[in-house]
Amino acid sequence: MAAKSSFLNMALCLTLICLVCSALLGFVNTLTAEPIAKAQQQKTFNALSAVLPSFEDAKEEAVSLDGQDYRCYIATTDTLVSGYAVISKVTGFGGTLEVMVGFDAEGKVWSTSVLSHSETPGLGAKCTEPAFKDQFDHLDPAVKTLQVKKDGGDIDAITASTITSRAYTLAVANACKVAAGLRPVEAAEPVEEPVMEGGAENE
Amino acid sequence: MNKLQIIVRGIVKENPTFVLLLGICPTLATTTSALNGMSMGLATMAVLILSNMTISAIARFIPDKVRIPSYIVVIATFVTLLQLLMQAYVPDIYATLGLFIPLIVVNCIILGRAEAFANKNGVVDSALDGVGIGLGFTLALTLLGAVRELLGGGSLFGWRIIPSDYNILAFVLAPGAFIVLAYLIVAFKKLTK
Repeated sequence: MAAKSSFLNMALCLTLICLVCSALLGFVNTLTAEPIAKAQQQKTFNALSAVLPSFEDAKEEAVSLDGQDYRCYIATTDTLVSGYAVISKVTGFGGTLEVMVGFDAEGKVWSTSVLSHSETPGLGAKCTEPAFKDQFDHLDPAVKTLQVKKDGGDIDAITASTITSRAYTLAVANACKVAAGLRPVEAAEPVEEPVMEGGAENE
Repeated sequence: MNKLQIIVRGIVKENPTFVLLLGICPTLATTTSALNGMSMGLATMAVLILSNMTISAIARFIPDKVRIPSYIVVIATFVTLLQLLMQAYVPDIYATLGLFIPLIVVNCIILGRAEAFANKNGVVDSALDGVGIGLGFTLALTLLGAVRELLGGGSLFGWRIIPSDYNILAFVLAPGAFIVLAYLIVAFKKLTK
């Protein structure tokens, strides 16, 4: 049965246990730090490969626009910029919707992919399926209007999931604005973007 | 009590999910598919076996008044180790279960077994108790996940069985979890009577 409690042995016992545990944790942390970093790098690389034309190297950059922070990647091949990727976060129907949007060097959308979402399975979650997200592929933000058809744009919404479709479209539209800022000044043409502010996504 | 009985008791007579009704929060939350349920069950089982063994070995030296904090530190250490290892070597499973792994620390099954069994029994018996209760938990979660995945998503372990037109979405969502759990408990009670 357990030892009798006294102030000294309680303090001693807890100190000892914490000491052993933290030593163990520190040790395993040093062992796993590298594989964890590698796994995360691999994940980022896979996500980038899915939305960008082929590239060799990607540089991370943080951009702030309209009070929102974006994580961006500038992809290069032979020191030439071959594309941009922007991680755009918006509020969907069930929570944060995180979309990675890839652009080619000319600023056209190359492809998009959902990094994380909490939309309703079977309804809003269909935004990860080709039927919906492929309509953004190779889309030129200067030509198409990035709004769902109900709001006068060019994007077909998912049946019964207008809020998710609006959020996804907004994420792409925001990313377009960020990407336009990322491109070198002389190459950037004025891009007219539909501005969809807070109200639409909270309906 | 012989060794086999300790294991079988954890699966049938003291099944943590169907009889003791412990750890219901992760049970309901992670069982959206059979694979998720099974992974959660196995992760919990790994922590349970290790914490049971450690606690049964050190329980004699821990003053009575600080035993709960001591157990929590031991359990939290194992959970964090598991979290680091999963993140490093099985990042895909970690991505789906991520949020619920840290919550194993406060899963009442683990502290419950430490208090009810491990601190009164030997290291071997405590390990077997961990295996039994862990298997019981894993089987329950896999079963619950399988039923929900089959009815709600039309597949089993990712294999499509029912065409997607006939799926009942509610079973993947929270209400479905409660309904399936309730029916499974009823069935389990009838079968083990």
